[in-house]
Order: sequence, then C-alpha cells, then structure tokens
Amino acid sequence: MNAGSFGGFGGQFVPESLMAPLQELASAYEAAKADPGFQEELQTYLAEFAGRPTPLTFCRNLSADLGCRVYLKREDLLHGGAHKTNNALGQALLAKHMGKRRIIAETGAGQHGVATAIAGAVLGIPVEVYMGETDMARQRLNVFRMELLGARVIPVATGQRTLKDAVNEALRDWVTNAGETYYCLGSVVGPHPYPTIVRDFQRVIGEETRSQILRAEGRLPDAIIACVGGGSNAIGIFHPFLNDPVRLIGVEAGGRGLESGEHGATLCAGTKGVLHGALSYLLQDADGQVLETHSVSAGLDYPGVGPEHSMLKDAGRVAYTAVTDDEALAAFSLLSRREGIVPALESSHAVAQAVKAAEEMERDDILVVNLSGRGDKDVEGVAAIMGGRR
Amino acid sequence: MSRIAGAFAGAKRPFLVAYLVGGDPDPATSLAAAMAIVEGGADILEIGIPFTDPIADGPVIQEANVRALAGGMTTDKIFALVRAIRERSGVPIVLMTSYNPVYVRGDARFCHEARDAGADAVLITDLPPEESGAFDAAAREHALDRIFLVAPNTPPERLPLIAGLASGFLYLVSVQGVTGVRESLDPAIARRIAAVRSAASLPVAVGFGISRPEHVRAIADAGADAAIVGSAVVRIIGEHGGDAAAMQAALRAYVAGMAVAARRSGAL
Repeated sequence: MNAGSFGGFGGQFVPESLMAPLQELASAYEAAKADPGFQEELQTYLAEFAGRPTPLTFCRNLSADLGCRVYLKREDLLHGGAHKTNNALGQALLAKHMGKRRIIAETGAGQHGVATAIAGAVLGIPVEVYMGETDMARQRLNVFRMELLGARVIPVATGQRTLKDAVNEALRDWVTNAGETYYCLGSVVGPHPYPTIVRDFQRVIGEETRSQILRAEGRLPDAIIACVGGGSNAIGIFHPFLNDPVRLIGVEAGGRGLESGEHGATLCAGTKGVLHGALSYLLQDADGQVLETHSVSAGLDYPGVGPEHSMLKDAGRVAYTAVTDDEALAAFSLLSRREGIVPALESSHAVAQAVKAAEEMERDDILVVNLSGRGDKDVEGVAAIMGGRR
Repeated sequence: MSRIAGAFAGAKRPFLVAYLVGGDPDPATSLAAAMAIVEGGADILEIGIPFTDPIADGPVIQEANVRALAGGMTTDKIFALVRAIRERSGVPIVLMTSYNPVYVRGDARFCHEARDAGADAVLITDLPPEESGAFDAAAREHALDRIFLVAPNTPPERLPLIAGLASGFLYLVSVQGVTGVRESLDPAIARRIAAVRSAASLPVAVGFGISRPEHVRAIADAGADAAIVGSAVVRIIGEHGGDAAAMQAALRAYVAGMAVAARRSGAL
C-alpha cells in the first residue's frame, strides 16, 4: 500500500478520477499543517466562534451511582452541538485556502451536515449536504437546521437510504466536480488523506482532556470511553493517550444485539474489506457485498469504520465493544435524569458502556466519557420510541 | 498473445465494447442479454460484477447492480455466466468490478476462477496502480489482462505508471464523472487520446457517456481503437423487465447500429 496506511489498513481505493484530487488535497493539507497563519486562523475560529476549550465536567451524581469518578468531555457544548464542528471548521478553512467554490458533505445523524453548514456560512462558501431519506425522516430537526444555515440538503433514495448511501452519492458528486468542489468528509473514514486530516482536526478533544484531567485530578484517567460509528470523536479523544497506560474503550452500535445481525458493530462483528476508498473492517457477506445495518442512532448506523481503528483493534491497543439500542436508550434517560444533560443517542452508547465498565472499577478510579454530542436532535425520536412502549 | 491482444491485432476497424451487469435482472436472462449483444456485433464483452456500493457508477448501472443482487447474483454465478458465454462464443470477456468482491475472495483465488471460467481480463474500477500490487501479481500468474482506467484529470506524469501495469487495452474515461449516458462528448477527447497514445503502446478504448452512433464515429475519428458502451445497453435491459425475447431483439438492433457506426468511421 502506497499512502495513508495504518498498519495495512487505509489506502486509496478510488476511481482514477479521484487520484489527482486526493493528491491535491494531501499537498494542500501538508502545507496548511505547516502554515502558522492557517493554524492561527483555525485556533481563532475554534476559540472565538466554536467555543473551545469545551469543559471536562465531573459528574457528582453519576459518580455516586456508579462507584467511581466519572467525567464527561463536553463536546455537546461545542457550537453546533457536537464534536463535528472541529473537523468541519478545519476542512472548510482548508477548502477556502485551496480556492474551492463549493463544499459538499454527507451526513447520517445530521450533525456533520449541520457543522459543515455552519462552517460554510461563517466562511462564506456554499454547502450541499447528501443525506439518506431514512435519516432525513428520523432527524428532521437537523434537516431544518441545515436549511436555516443556508445549506442545500440533497435526499438520497438509493440503498438503505442511510449514511453509507449518502457517502456513495457524495463520492459520485466529487468524482464529477472535483475541480471546484471540496468534499468535507465527516469522519475518519474514506481514502487517504481523509482519515489523517479528520483525526488531526479532532485530536483537540484528547489534548484538552489530557490537560484538564491533569489539572483536576493530578493524574491521567484509568479509562476513556467513546462511541464509534466512523470513529472520529473516539480517535480524537484516544489519540493523545495512545502511548499512556490508559484503558481505551470504543463502543459500537449493538442495535438489536450482535446475534440478531441487526447492528452497526463493525469492529466487533466485521471482516476486512474495502469500502469508500479504504481497507478496513466491514460488515459484509461472504461475497463482499456490504450488509444493511441497524442502530437506533443514525450517526452509528454505518457498516464501515475508520482504518486507524482497525489497526488499533488488531494491535489490541483499544478494546472495542457494543451496547444495544435498549442499553443506549436507558443511558439516554439516565444521564438526563441524574446530571441534567441530554446526550446524543450516539454518545449514549458510550454512557451505557461507562455504566458497565464502572462495575470493575474502584472508588478512586477515573473514567472519562466523551460526550460527543447533545441529544436535542434525538428527543423527538426517543419520545416516539418511548411513547410506543407505554 | 491474449485473446484481447489477438483481437486488436487482427482488427481492421475500431472496436465496439459493450457492458452489462452480470445477473441483471437474473442469471438466465443475463446470459440471453449477453448473447444478444455478441450476436449484435460487439467485439469485446464487459461483464460487471454487481456490488452494493459502486462509487464509479451512475444511476442506470447502479440500479442494474441492485436488480442483479436482488435476482440472487453471486460471484460464483458470475463465473458460471462467463463459462456459459464461453461455451457459446469466443468473444473476449472483461470482468469489471469494484475491488471488494475480489479482495474478499482473495486475489489469487479470484484470478484462478476467472481464468478457469474463460475470462480474459479484469478491470477494477477502484483499484489504482498504487494499490494494485497483490492483484497484479495474481492476474499475471493467471495470464489475465489487466485493464486500467485513465481519467480526464489524470496528470501526464501518471500515464507511464498506468501504462506500465496495463495490458489488453487502456480504458480512457471520456468525461470527468461517473458512468452514464450523456448528450455530447468532451471536445478535448482527441487530445487526450493522443496523450495516452504517446505514453502507451496499448490500444485505447474510450468509454463513459457513449450511447449514440455519432459518438462512436467521433471517437473513432479521434483515433481511438474502440468505443465502450455501457449505460445505454444496461438501460435497454432494464426497460424490458420480463420480456426476454423483446429485450434480445432490442439489444441486437442497438448493438448492431453502434457496430455499423464503428465500421463506417474514418478509420477504415
């Protein structure tokens, strides 16, 4: 493998039409990374516009309930309501430096679409967002937010009409319009250099967590838990801790249970394959056809995963597990009731795993949960589910 | 000499290459469609292996992928289809696929089975030269030609890299974009054909967007060795749902018209 290899995962499995645009992007990103002016501009937007640093919140009630010291990294308080803004601002700024006149994006839960719409609005670049029709129906609020922010939402009616299909459409658009169009990818997936670019823009989560926990506790945490769909919030908080003695736990969408086959737990139940330009773990059948997925959470309803996560799984550095829809919904309620924080359904998976992990922890052990986003967008959907069960 | 090289060596006119999705809408009908295309006068047959997520394809071929998978198509049945065509015809056969079905089967096993079934070449739409090492070795071992794509935005300095790996012919993409029927051809196509010619000694076939006899003539006049028609053929198959006989008649007529256009072009 030539470029962008994470221990044999990753790469550039794309049509020839995308090789030149990817090379252009890689060069532009290397230049931006080394450009103090670009970095300063990004830091200014992150601090003054997006609201970084986000707090690290000690959860008094949950800590008492679970019997260990529980902290939340509050990406839900970032402008836009999720960690996605870190990446969207970084990439939109890169697009601007590259002289691109149009930004396209794909979105599942809508959070990346909203973040890209926000970044496009503030930087003055038109944004078009591909979104599966299934996801549009379950994330109506975010569709409206994107339109309010001036973005055009393009419905995707192919396949299962979820995130995977939106990525396909965005890639096809980019194949056709690569000259003037910047493709703002929403997670640490896709062909090189995207998994690296997105990870670099999300590393700020882990860097802040590190200094914040050292200030609060005088030591590193014992464990960090984050949800994994494509895996950008997880890689963002994990990455600065990879060389530390900290347990890292990634939580996938267990859906109706791994044995049911209706889930999005790629690393827990997948095999190696190539999707959306990268070699990674994948939910697929024996012929390499990509399987349909299920999750109560639109942002985790994806059959692939970032290639760096695949490397970290095979290296044994990160433990990957899954929680079910029901466990995530219970955690959604628990955090709302006990801490006054309504988490995104994606993040609720991490909270649910924290409840499980706490069983093996001592009272003074420190657990950090990455609260990747807020749950406003999910309230309507959860109300429908809970109402239906009464 | 491979069957493809032999065909080009003996050619007195530009070729017509025709594509269909294997198993669209079901394996038996797909065999009938393939034979109608060959009878219509296609010089090379391209068979697409259906994939759930074909990012290089436009809506017409994507829908055919969906139909074929819904019709129960599998990689085993693709090889059975190739075998059945080979029993009936000596037409050169190119398998066109996304990489995942090949990767999952294993490069070596895939190439062995493809060759054994009677395929002559493989084109993997999302496997650029940089990623093709393992597949390339397996294809060479099994004497399969390796078709590579050249895109409108392929920088000149990449052409030797692509030409160095390719065999059979080079597939020049006529437009920046995905597969699909288009009204007119990019006027820059002649310049691109010349650029590819100067970098490679292989025959140059032009595809994407070609659907009409005048497209074929234009490509031939611009110096291409072959025109590739895909979405237009797939659309005919899609339009004739359950009526295999009508579909075969329509395919024969359409392909014959395109082949005649190739014959009448200025290259003769």
